[in-house]
Amino acid sequence: MNIIEAKDVLFEYVQRDENNNIEEVNEALSDMSLSIEKGSFVCILGHNGSGKSTFAKLLNALCLPKEGTVLISGMDTKDESRLLDIRKSCGMVFQNPDNQIIANVVEEDVAFGPENMGVPTDEIIRRVDEALEKVGMTAYRFKSPNRLSGGQKQRVAIAGVMAMKPECIVLDEPTAMLDPSGRRDVIATIHELNKKEGITIVHITHYMEEACDADRVIVMDGGHVVMDDVPRKIFSRVEELKELALGVPQITELGYELRNAGVPIPLGILTREELCQYLIPLFKKKGVGPADA
Amino acid sequence: MLRDITIGQFYPVRSPIHALDPRTKLAGTMLYLLSLFMTDSVAGYVIATVFLVSCIKLSKVPFRFMVKGLKAIILLLVLSVSFNLFLTPGTTIFELGFIHISMEGLLTAGFMAIRLIYLVIGSSLMTLTTTPNALTDGLERSLGFMKRFGVPVHEIAMMMSIALRFIPILVEETDKIMKAQSARGADFERGGLIQKAKAMVPLLVPLFISAFRRAADLAMAMEARCYHGGEGRTKMHPLRYTEKDRIAYIILFIYFALMALTNLLPF
Amino acid sequence: MPLKVEHLSHIYQQGTAMESWALRDISFEVEDGTFVGLIGHTGSGKSTLIQHLNGLIKPSEGTVYFDGEDIFAAGYDLKGLRAKVGLVFQYPEYQLFEQDILSDVKFGPKNMGLSDKEAEEKAIDALRLVRVDEKYFSRSPFELSGGQKRRVAIAGVLAMEPKVLILDEPTAGLDPKGRDEILESIDSLHKERGITIILVSHSMEDVAMYADRILVLDGSELKFFDTPKEVFKHKKELKRMGLAAPEITYLASDLRKAGIDIDDTISTVEEAKTEILRLLSVEKDKA
Repeated sequence: MNIIEAKDVLFEYVQRDENNNIEEVNEALSDMSLSIEKGSFVCILGHNGSGKSTFAKLLNALCLPKEGTVLISGMDTKDESRLLDIRKSCGMVFQNPDNQIIANVVEEDVAFGPENMGVPTDEIIRRVDEALEKVGMTAYRFKSPNRLSGGQKQRVAIAGVMAMKPECIVLDEPTAMLDPSGRRDVIATIHELNKKEGITIVHITHYMEEACDADRVIVMDGGHVVMDDVPRKIFSRVEELKELALGVPQITELGYELRNAGVPIPLGILTREELCQYLIPLFKKKGVGPADA
Repeated sequence: MLRDITIGQFYPVRSPIHALDPRTKLAGTMLYLLSLFMTDSVAGYVIATVFLVSCIKLSKVPFRFMVKGLKAIILLLVLSVSFNLFLTPGTTIFELGFIHISMEGLLTAGFMAIRLIYLVIGSSLMTLTTTPNALTDGLERSLGFMKRFGVPVHEIAMMMSIALRFIPILVEETDKIMKAQSARGADFERGGLIQKAKAMVPLLVPLFISAFRRAADLAMAMEARCYHGGEGRTKMHPLRYTEKDRIAYIILFIYFALMALTNLLPF
Repeated sequence: MPLKVEHLSHIYQQGTAMESWALRDISFEVEDGTFVGLIGHTGSGKSTLIQHLNGLIKPSEGTVYFDGEDIFAAGYDLKGLRAKVGLVFQYPEYQLFEQDILSDVKFGPKNMGLSDKEAEEKAIDALRLVRVDEKYFSRSPFELSGGQKRRVAIAGVLAMEPKVLILDEPTAGLDPKGRDEILESIDSLHKERGITIILVSHSMEDVAMYADRILVLDGSELKFFDTPKEVFKHKKELKRMGLAAPEITYLASDLRKAGIDIDDTISTVEEAKTEILRLLSVEKDKA
């Protein structure tokens, strides 16, 4: 079943002057169609201005398409009577960790969503307990968000969404402002939510390495999908990715370069282990490796 | 390090006063302030002093924290005391050149000083024993009746709580922008008033832009989490009156009645 | 020898219960024209250290010498120093404030007492260095994309013509293209103008590609100050500090563990390619 179903979406940013006359129209999305299967882990890649953030906002009904439709669990985002249900089932985490935490105490921030939804008190407390546990932030329950690191704040933000019991979480560059250890923690958290809780994850990122473990990678450019495949296939298309101002992970690039230089290894190598696995027999054949004794 | 700044002055200990519902403390503070202006007799001041001292003792907050707040009103205190002291007509008890001090003046000045000091200590006691969050919550609930008159009580409380969260962040940001502009040779200290005001532009413009950006981001994040005003909202920690609050209200009532009675006394 | 740090320590809230060491007895020297990569976990003291280098923070102990002079000595011209030791903060686009790009970049040189005309010349030169097109000069800085804004902000420091340029994570939050553009601009400043660069970064890959020397801070102390090859040899220590050597270095060490006689100090894709091809072809010739 598809949890997200976008069809022929057109979205424009309209700039108006003081007299409300249209000054400039920027097409952020055009001809954008994409469906995402329930329970999958999808990564969206694309350079700045490719339309990926706008797409994310459409999934949460923060923006509405000018043309075309966006369905979340079968609900049309244009249907105002379902607005809260849509936001409940498709939660969102944003880039800046500071600008999405509302309350002054961690647990109260996690409770913010359920409080807005009118969940009864006992149930809120249960959900907050659970959500903090799932992102590994229980120890910080009574702390002020100002004392947390960027990665910890993002995990609180994820807990805030989890407390709304969503089916899907859309994360718009959640790791862009984090240091490597914060990034690792956030990535590990969302993979775990996907595997253990079956939450559909739509992860928008600039970091190619983060896309390697996804079920599916979508590359956007000029406001629509230009590539859509499993990571290995996507990262086999090195030249195309470079033309789209995206890179590939370093190991993939090395594999690609070696292959171009005539070394017989396949395209789309994603990990160090894989590359070793292909290189070691080659070395051994040439007698560089240890004697097979 | 700037993130460690605490807004308000909450003093974290466990005490019977800390445990009270913020609404009780708000009401208590209001009644206490009112009572100070109701009485004019020595007996009244004695009762008010006993009441205040017992509350401070109960709160387990060291006395020096209570008097901290007085620094802010020292000027006001000196002015109002001297006005009352020198300008109240009556039986002169001291005279030096053009200065006359009357018995009545001395009394009014003394009472005025006591009132102001107790007023500040009384409200400090509330802020020292109540977290800013609880205080906002209490205000929202206590002033809930004003919604009927079109006052956006929930929104104001939400704004206060967001301000509490973002003030430390903006303070830190100010420091950062100031340093960044200093690294480009900006000088925030030199020159006259106009020059100094001009020097603030490279600080204030980025600060405002950043504050607006944060506000826009936050608004979106709140919307994404189903925020739609105070309508139909529930609370994780709803305010609930307990036995302690009932006792506190009874004590408050007795105190207030006593204070009212002092007005009937001849001294 | 433009920059020398001697026994530098910084203690926050000294003399209180909250006392904490941000830097502990740091000493190093940066030769003219070096490209230094400054690496450390969040909270290791990187930001505090770089703010000492242009006198924005005063040390608790020790001092910094620039061109042989103690910058914290009484009467030292700190404002002049800030032109010579340029410091670009994290997310520098958040300090832009003028109506148009050129005026914003002129802010630094004008503060240094230059005339409007001189300031403009320097500003134009700086904007060219970071490859901001002339057609943008009169536009508002707020209309630009993230990467462009950041380059304008860097130009704002470059316009003071610093001898040393310190950048605090200049690529944070940018997309791959923005990252590459910034790093290439910085590299060309280093190569073409001979500016000494101190680049604070979380990315070992970036540092491996550009830096001559790497300075590693951990828990307020200086742990390594050496060439990338030497520093990346300490894989275990780096890991313990929450840092990691570049992926390529790990690949080499994996191969070496498998008994292949590969140089395991390589750290970039280019080096790895050369080394692997060398191994494969040398042996081919033998056969």
